[in-house]
Amino acid sequence: MDPVVIVGSGLAGFNVVKELRKLDSETPVVMLTADDGRNYSKPMLSNGFTKGKSADELAMLTPEQVAEQYDVTVRTFTEVTAIDREAHALVLGDGERQSYGKLVLAWGADVFRPPIEGDATDRIYSVNDLMDYGRFRQELEGKQKVLVMGGGLIGCEFANDLTNGGFTVELVEPVGRCLPQLLPEPASEAVADGLRELGVTLHFGPLVKEVNHGDAGKLVASLSDGATIEADAVLSAVGLRPRKELAEAAGLDVNRGILVDRQLRTSDPDIFALGDCAEVEGHVLPYVLPLMAAARSLAKTLAGEDTPVKYGVMPVTIKTPACPTVVLPPPENVDGDWECEADGLNVRALYRDSEGQLRGYALTGDHVKEKLQLNKEVPPLMA
Amino acid sequence: MKKWECVVCGFIYDEAEGLPEEGIEPGTKWEDIPEDWVCPDCGVGKEDFEMVEI
Repeated sequence: MDPVVIVGSGLAGFNVVKELRKLDSETPVVMLTADDGRNYSKPMLSNGFTKGKSADELAMLTPEQVAEQYDVTVRTFTEVTAIDREAHALVLGDGERQSYGKLVLAWGADVFRPPIEGDATDRIYSVNDLMDYGRFRQELEGKQKVLVMGGGLIGCEFANDLTNGGFTVELVEPVGRCLPQLLPEPASEAVADGLRELGVTLHFGPLVKEVNHGDAGKLVASLSDGATIEADAVLSAVGLRPRKELAEAAGLDVNRGILVDRQLRTSDPDIFALGDCAEVEGHVLPYVLPLMAAARSLAKTLAGEDTPVKYGVMPVTIKTPACPTVVLPPPENVDGDWECEADGLNVRALYRDSEGQLRGYALTGDHVKEKLQLNKEVPPLMA
Repeated sequence: MKKWECVVCGFIYDEAEGLPEEGIEPGTKWEDIPEDWVCPDCGVGKEDFEMVEI
């Protein structure tokens, strides 16, 4: 029997394996990963410095343990270079082929790398998986000051986490506030105030144009407003782009991500996609809750019972303990307005549509505990 | 009273506090939470929680 082949060993790929094995212990499963294949949870990369955890300590299972526990084949350090749909096979980096009965694309998203000049651009790190995290921790050994590029989810989480871990952090965000894509302005301000009180220096407005070597092992970043920042290390966290190139090259329908229907099926009936690389009925949601819902329903579909994914109310918790924050982003196609109440670090922002129905919220500080209560008032994203 | 941490997202269930908004009364022991309960932050099941000392 041709195996179910899963490309990617992150939370999406791993949870498909885990859920599928609850329903089907027979079908052979092969998991391919470009990484070392250790099982870890990506959200935990955002508070590793606070907890003082090395990459090894964040790894929960070795690939051998995954293989044994779930009776699957795990092929590590294996890159996929093409999908041969006609032959139902993947072309691998070494020229070998891996045939599949059903194929699951769970290979995530790439970090966006803005064009930056200078002689030290090879010292700009980003953390998108456990191996990146290990390399970044190594880079920081014996260092003191970190420049974080990007004030979105990962940038703010790392600014908070690195500060907790004893580093001095300066953060540069070209849009004039924290988390501009997720939060309304008063909530952004609360997060910024929380980070400032913690000791983070925030530069809103400019872009990093250049990163060069300075004196005594330092790095010097030049900003678009003419300012310079000296640091020992640079972390780039300016956003993610769903990986869709190989799917597109194979003739699958793509848009912002790999297009799938409610069954997580691409335009090829034997190929599925979920997680950060997938666009599910117009939704690109690189968060854990949607991914778990997708893994569960996809496992059923792969086990023979076609099951549409349901998206309920799926808030995103932002790991900035300096200003605890949770946000339920309103659906993109819903017109409405934010109503905000702010008192210091405590913000309650509610997003209501034209009929007055609650469709999203952003809560900071003491208000985060209202999350579960508010969830009851919001209709599911995709019932 | 113990605390349990979600190994996927770090959510902490504190037995002393319970989760009243979900109908889980303060003082509810971990073993008394329904088996189909999922982490409110990330959606994983009870098997992905570990007991923690805090």
